[in-house]
Amino acid sequence: MGEPLAITTTRATLRTPAGKYFINVVRERCKECGLCIFVCPTKVLERGSERNSRGYRYVIPARPEKCIGCRMCEYTCPDFAIFIEVGGG
Amino acid sequence: MRVDYITGNTAVALGSIAAGLKFYAGYPITPTSDIFELLARELPKRGGYVVQFEDEIASINAAIGASWACAKSMTATSGPGFSLMVEALSLAVITETPVVVAYVMRAGPSTGVPTRSGQYDVLQATYGFHGGLVIPVLAPATPQEAFDLTVKAFNVSEKLRTPAIVLSDAVIAHTYGKVVVREPGEVEVVERAKPTVPPESYRPYDPGDGLVPPMACFGEGYNVLVESLTHDERGYYAPRSDVQRKLMWRLYRKIAESSPELFDYSAAYLDGCDVALVSYGSTSLSALVATKILRREGYRACCIRLRTLFPIYEEGIRKLLEGVEKVFVVENNIGLYYRELRGILKDNAVISVPIIDLDLPQPREVVEVVKQWL
Amino acid sequence: MAVAHPLDRYLRTDRIPTMWCPGCGLGILLGCMLRALDRRIKEGSLRRENVGFVGGIGCSARMSLYPYFDSAHVIHGRAIPFALGVKVVKPEMKMVVIGGDGDIAAIGGNHILHAIRRNADLLVIMANNMVYGMTGGQQAPTTPRGLYTTTTPYGNPEREINMIRLAAALGANYIARGSVTHPPLLEQMIYKALGKRGLAFVEVLSTCPELFGRHIGFRNPVDLYNELRKRVIVKVRPSVDESDYSWERGFVVGEFVDRDEPGFIEILYEYTSKARGGVG
Repeated sequence: MGEPLAITTTRATLRTPAGKYFINVVRERCKECGLCIFVCPTKVLERGSERNSRGYRYVIPARPEKCIGCRMCEYTCPDFAIFIEVGGG
Repeated sequence: MRVDYITGNTAVALGSIAAGLKFYAGYPITPTSDIFELLARELPKRGGYVVQFEDEIASINAAIGASWACAKSMTATSGPGFSLMVEALSLAVITETPVVVAYVMRAGPSTGVPTRSGQYDVLQATYGFHGGLVIPVLAPATPQEAFDLTVKAFNVSEKLRTPAIVLSDAVIAHTYGKVVVREPGEVEVVERAKPTVPPESYRPYDPGDGLVPPMACFGEGYNVLVESLTHDERGYYAPRSDVQRKLMWRLYRKIAESSPELFDYSAAYLDGCDVALVSYGSTSLSALVATKILRREGYRACCIRLRTLFPIYEEGIRKLLEGVEKVFVVENNIGLYYRELRGILKDNAVISVPIIDLDLPQPREVVEVVKQWL
Repeated sequence: MAVAHPLDRYLRTDRIPTMWCPGCGLGILLGCMLRALDRRIKEGSLRRENVGFVGGIGCSARMSLYPYFDSAHVIHGRAIPFALGVKVVKPEMKMVVIGGDGDIAAIGGNHILHAIRRNADLLVIMANNMVYGMTGGQQAPTTPRGLYTTTTPYGNPEREINMIRLAAALGANYIARGSVTHPPLLEQMIYKALGKRGLAFVEVLSTCPELFGRHIGFRNPVDLYNELRKRVIVKVRPSVDESDYSWERGFVVGEFVDRDEPGFIEILYEYTSKARGGVG
């Protein structure tokens, strides 16, 4: 209880290098609401075509090179399904 | 410890202090306001807190909250206020929260006669909340019993993790009687069982091998979950029949299986009795006098005062009244607890003696009604 | 090597994904709240064991199910007295009450009124999605006049309640209105509110895409979010008179009141200690 649920494996989290950052999408948590896609100022994100086990097409970084690390996606996601990690590049 | 001459309400207040009351949440309502006022003066001197809330609903919810912060808590009310509290009592039942309500009945229904008496709410005290379970109801008849049963109510509520009711009435509230008043430390006090495992392994509604889960409270690092939805042992909402069934039966058995231990009564003239007057609360005082009158007139009458009204120890009551031809249930309402006893006693004739009186039913009137059946 | 979501340590992750609909503003609010708590815990001004959540009934109050802290999911409208009961006997607890507009302003109205009047030491967050969401989209005290709800199918005939004015009239120490469309601002409001004594009241404009948005013609979460964002007017330290709450003219978001009057607990304890001193 309270332990991260298998999200440290690469299978559960889609981790995409994005310049100075990584964009992490926790596939099973995404509910396809579209808010992160809408609020991203540089239009990095898009609805993917793969579905998670609940049938939602989780979001994918389609243009990761445009990510500026503002974290609006992370702050706006209602489901803790996307977050920015600093590092890399 | 001292001997004093005090009212039933004072006795309830002093009993709660002896039991370790730490938080009183109150709303003024006749005939209980003096319990509140006494505690408002005395409880702070003893390390406790008293807060007047905006209504009875806030009072009972605050008392439940305080219990979850490890404090023994109480509120007192009368009929109209208790009606407001029942939703929260249902919450206390499913979350298994120890809390005591001193319920001082007035004449009802509705506003009724706030300053005069009756036993109209004997069923509401236990059945008033939704969910179909039973909570312990203890009924004193005298100021001494009011003191003792208030202490007992706290102990029952802590041991079984349940709300418990002390059911008094307007007569007992303001009648004076001799009471041996004990201080904290001079009475046996039961505390709720605490977890014996570390927070990571603790499941708040897991009773282990028994029926009562150990109770961690807020601020101890246990990340407790107080959950009003049907829940599993972790406290997670679990809308499944198997979980609902398991929870309901455990909550039921938790109270029902303590009925032998909680069974409490006093009796007079039981030997060779074949006319029993069974009563509770202030009416039992009239019933005792009526019994004596009947005996003077040659009837083999006995008197039983029940002090634990719920849960009912059916086997115990049947044994007590074994061989008694006629059992009269004397009460100051239209005949309510009578229905409980009638359902239990198959080998006796059970007759209702419902005498409405704003104070005490007169013993002679009780005798007249009883004799119609003899 | 993948890393965990930074807020996972504060969540009962075995209950994620939440029961909330896609695009529900409550998830955004929860994220802001946990980030604010994280800052307070990391800087040492709050201890994790001393944080308690209490929610009543409704989607907003279900927030009490997710944070990995002491929490209580009690009955409709009664989170405030429960939380105050905890606080009186354990004043070291930081009690956070979360409820919806129905739970706090309708059935809980009497309790929020008196909690503010007392300056009770609680943080009350009212997630305002302008409707009773959990039960299917019925009218709430905050539903804008004229809008369709399932219990006002011909249009809501009632004026909306302005909780900012109410809280100010009764004297809360901290009064703010935030919006899930402006997360960093909302996080900062919660961060500040967590440090206040007395009553801190934060109204949070939120989105209910299924039972509010869809009923009034905004068929997906982004459309409702966009509508709300268009109507939010951010002001710096607005006065209470500027606390407009209107679907047509806009919702003013900002910190309206920030004062430091002594809280109820402090005064109760001060008077009570006099009793222990033998006086009175």
